[in-house]
Amino acid sequence: MTTEVITDITEAEQGSSLWHDAWLRLRKNKLALFGGITLILFVIIAILTPWIAPYSYETQNLDLGATPPSAAHWLGTDIFGRDLLTQIMYGGRISLAVGFVATSVALIIGISWGAVAGYVGGRVDAAMMRFVDILYALPFMIFIVLLMVVFGRNILLLFLAIGAVEWLTMARIMRSQVQQLRQQEFVEAAISLGLPPSTIIRRHLIPNALGPIIVYTTLTIPSVMLLEAFLSFLGLGIQPPQTSWGLLISYGAETMEEFPWLLIFPGLALTLTLFSLNFLGDGLRDALDVRRSKD
Amino acid sequence: MALLEVNNLQVSFVTRMGTNRAVDGISFSVETGKITAIIGESGSGKSVACYSMLGLIPQPPGRIDGGEALFEGRDLLQMSEAQLREIRGRDVAMIFQDPMTCLNPYMTIGKQLMEPLLYHKHVSKEQAKNRALELLEEVGIRDPESTFENFPHQFSGGMRQRVMIAMALINEPKLLIADEPTTALDVTIQAQILKLIADLQTKRDIGVIFISHDLAVVADIADQIIVMQQGKVVEGGDSQHIFHNAEHPYTRKLLAAIPAGSKTPMAGETRPLIQVRELCTWFEQGRHKEPVKAVNDVSFDINRGEVLGLVGESGSGKSTIGRSILRLVHVTSGSVTFDGTDVTRLEGGDLKNFRSRMQMIFQDPFASLNPRMTVFDTLAEPLLLHGIENRKTVASGVLKLMDDVGLARNFVRKYPHEFSGGQRQRIAIGRALATHPEFVVADEPVSALDVTIQAQILDLMQGLSREYGLTMLFVSHDLAVVRHLADRILVLYKGEVVEQGTGDDLFERPQQEYTRQLLQSIPGRALIA
Amino acid sequence: MWRFIGYRLLQAIPVILAVITVTFFLVRIAPGGPFDSEKAVMPEVKAALEAQYRLDQPLFSQYTAYLGDLARGEFGPSFKYPGRSVNELIGAGLPVTAELGFYALLVAVVIGGLAGVIASLKPNTAQDYIPMTAAMIGICMPSFLLGPLLVLVFGIHLDWLPVSGWGDIPGDKLLPSITLGSAYAAYIARLSRAGMLEVMSQDYIRTARAKGLPEWQVVTRHALRGGLIPVVAFLGPAFAGLLAGSFVVETIFQIPGLGRFYVQAAFNRDYTMILGTTVFLSTLIVLFNLLSDILAAWMNPRLRAQFGEQ
Repeated sequence: MTTEVITDITEAEQGSSLWHDAWLRLRKNKLALFGGITLILFVIIAILTPWIAPYSYETQNLDLGATPPSAAHWLGTDIFGRDLLTQIMYGGRISLAVGFVATSVALIIGISWGAVAGYVGGRVDAAMMRFVDILYALPFMIFIVLLMVVFGRNILLLFLAIGAVEWLTMARIMRSQVQQLRQQEFVEAAISLGLPPSTIIRRHLIPNALGPIIVYTTLTIPSVMLLEAFLSFLGLGIQPPQTSWGLLISYGAETMEEFPWLLIFPGLALTLTLFSLNFLGDGLRDALDVRRSKD
Repeated sequence: MALLEVNNLQVSFVTRMGTNRAVDGISFSVETGKITAIIGESGSGKSVACYSMLGLIPQPPGRIDGGEALFEGRDLLQMSEAQLREIRGRDVAMIFQDPMTCLNPYMTIGKQLMEPLLYHKHVSKEQAKNRALELLEEVGIRDPESTFENFPHQFSGGMRQRVMIAMALINEPKLLIADEPTTALDVTIQAQILKLIADLQTKRDIGVIFISHDLAVVADIADQIIVMQQGKVVEGGDSQHIFHNAEHPYTRKLLAAIPAGSKTPMAGETRPLIQVRELCTWFEQGRHKEPVKAVNDVSFDINRGEVLGLVGESGSGKSTIGRSILRLVHVTSGSVTFDGTDVTRLEGGDLKNFRSRMQMIFQDPFASLNPRMTVFDTLAEPLLLHGIENRKTVASGVLKLMDDVGLARNFVRKYPHEFSGGQRQRIAIGRALATHPEFVVADEPVSALDVTIQAQILDLMQGLSREYGLTMLFVSHDLAVVRHLADRILVLYKGEVVEQGTGDDLFERPQQEYTRQLLQSIPGRALIA
Repeated sequence: MWRFIGYRLLQAIPVILAVITVTFFLVRIAPGGPFDSEKAVMPEVKAALEAQYRLDQPLFSQYTAYLGDLARGEFGPSFKYPGRSVNELIGAGLPVTAELGFYALLVAVVIGGLAGVIASLKPNTAQDYIPMTAAMIGICMPSFLLGPLLVLVFGIHLDWLPVSGWGDIPGDKLLPSITLGSAYAAYIARLSRAGMLEVMSQDYIRTARAKGLPEWQVVTRHALRGGLIPVVAFLGPAFAGLLAGSFVVETIFQIPGLGRFYVQAAFNRDYTMILGTTVFLSTLIVLFNLLSDILAAWMNPRLRAQFGEQ
């Protein structure tokens, strides 16, 4: 009896989950796919940079000075005769790391904060969200500048400061998701079945809240990278001897009249990455939109 | 000559998924001075047919493939957008289903009312305002002068629909198209709006197209009825003919789906399974406001094996009572005794054990299933949680449940969005029955479903409740459904029990004014008697 | 409505106080006092300077004294340039920055709003794709990259426009305004497109069409208001972003505005200057947020009524 039943189940038509449907939609979106592939490529390059960079990071050649792109230096050299491609590759490591790490900080704080506020509800929720509201009203951009001035240009502080700004939106999104889902009848059904809250959160709330969180995460990374580049451009972010795309753009801008490639190539690297992330985020938003699934 | 003569109208929707013929060669005519009802379930093409004639479906994806629609002899389908605009709102006016969303929330109702008049008739603002006030008066808005500058959110649903009707009639159109105008309204309000539409139609002697999914609703007002199914007209004719001599099997099926008759109350000894005493469930509204008394001092018994019907309009607290018994909302005071135990005091493991004995079937099968879980996961969850099956036997348990609720076994790995509404409700019923509960709360379990599906699900529930020996609290706004199903009926109004008794008691000998009013409001009373 | 405004104003006060407090103590606990870098300062000179800037008093009385100064509209003297005060610098820089910000906002709202509305009218056609692709470029092209590139192309290569300054040569305001405004134009374009698409799918738009109104009246009379509420609510955050953006743009184009003063003060570690400007700019941002919230709420009759009742 049992064996017969089990063959029955394995022979059953395989349903198509919302994740699967979303993937099919995403696959049709050429721009999002392009964004995803470019991004993966950049991340791989960033990870492998110490081994695949054409020159070592410290190599200078003051005699050579700034040269336009050539066979030896594909993207040219800067005024110290350093290979620009190498600089961009190492800068990319920092820029991407800031993007991913600071977003993770925001993700962890924001999701926990929002999930607790949304699930517990009542006065706790009101207090927690009022706190977020007050922080929201603070002019954070100016605060970050202030922090960097006061405490020196410390990359760890940069992660924390940027993460501290971005978690607010994440918390709001997570809370509204949880609140919306909590009122859904399938969560009531789970409660009336007697499932413990931990299981309800794990099986019923998180999988359904994941879509918007993924989308927002994808869109937070570029805004974090922009913030880093902005600060570095002002000289308040990454400091030499380290470098980042923002810093390279800032150097490039100083000498663009004579050596425009020093501005254009780092700018291209940053813009291309931001493009990829935004296209991917937009594509994911369209693909994961549950309302558009076939019902 | 007919006011509107539609011949062989064909409309398609072209999407990436393919072409879907929504209206497949329909023909009908609408006479001046008559109400013509178009009846069909969701997806039958009844609304698309009417919208497409007036150029109100977006093209693409919509596409008119052929046919003609002669309005006073002129073909609407051949008209330019500018010519159609001249007709819309002047000669042909429309009212829609949901009066909550059909009025512009950012504009005063006065401005919205005058708009068609100012645009089509070039009258002065003063004249337009006077005319608008007259009409508001006529459709039964009290004190139109002072509500003229109000925004839509300041009106109730029924009042908004009256405003919509006034707006539609302000240019004295020759044809009024009403698309499910009472579906979103409570039953007593529905009766008022139906009467209003019928009165205004008679007074003005205009043609009306009344689109509805519900034959009972149009029973009292329609002169002609056209029945549509899957884009085709399956039967049409005189209202009397449709109700008494319908020929097409689908029309008969629709008629059969109208719940009729009264259940014979349970005989024999009655032992209460559930005793509700002085139950109050209030919702706090913030510090300075009175709490909403959703359920206020309600007491009743539910006997073993009985189906107790709970009827009331929106805001009567009927759903909250069910949720209070199941501990899904916080009970303010009072007690609910289930088989000798006060469930309002249970906590932790005791509560969990009780939960397996009481289950709920929800209204909206689209929201009551986790969209990311397969049928298997959904049904296996309660079986495993309450130790009814173990990991090895759970598959057979799931399949047994699917058999019971009439779902094909090979759907077991599918996800909710791959099912129709009726199928989803079957899954939800299966989940509720998985723990072999003694008591089930069914909260409007069929009101989100098409009428023919409603009948199937109600049959299924009746069969299963016998098979599983269930005691049931059946919550509904629909008196006819409740009478058909329940042994006893409780009538609720504003959180309190107004009257209770068997179906026949209430229908034949109502004691309270409110019950009488409810009964008067049931559409097509003649049909269900 | 007045209650709502009053309520929001009351809410803004603790925020502004928090800004002042946090900024004040952050600056005070900064590692290395303001005069530590000057090596050759005699002890007695240092003491005199510290007395002048109240550094010899306990921290808390410094704080209360500073609050008192602020209440009188005194933002304090500069550490680095004795004789100059924060008020003077604000007086000199604010008009310039305000003008730049105004033009940038104009660019953002007019171009962004128009592009978004136009795109929303024919979704998924060229009329949608072209402005939206431009918007995407605008979002991915930060001002500190766009500025230099514009200078490179229009200033140096084509030599059409001046590359720096503000109000010295005709046309020198064009590039900075575009540089600062473009990213926000892009955001507003996306916001207004999404808002309009949302509104255009509402039932009351169908009602308006059923009345026989021509499409342009449907859009202008019925759709625009609801569709642009998100844009109005975004103006507050946009203003904060523009101020921060002015740091970069004023540096690139060498414009003597508040932003450039702020960056210079940051580099000079001119603490009172940073403190004063931060407090001033933050207050401005909080007030602007308030303004855009009130405006957005006022545009929505339901919200208006809700707060009127309370």
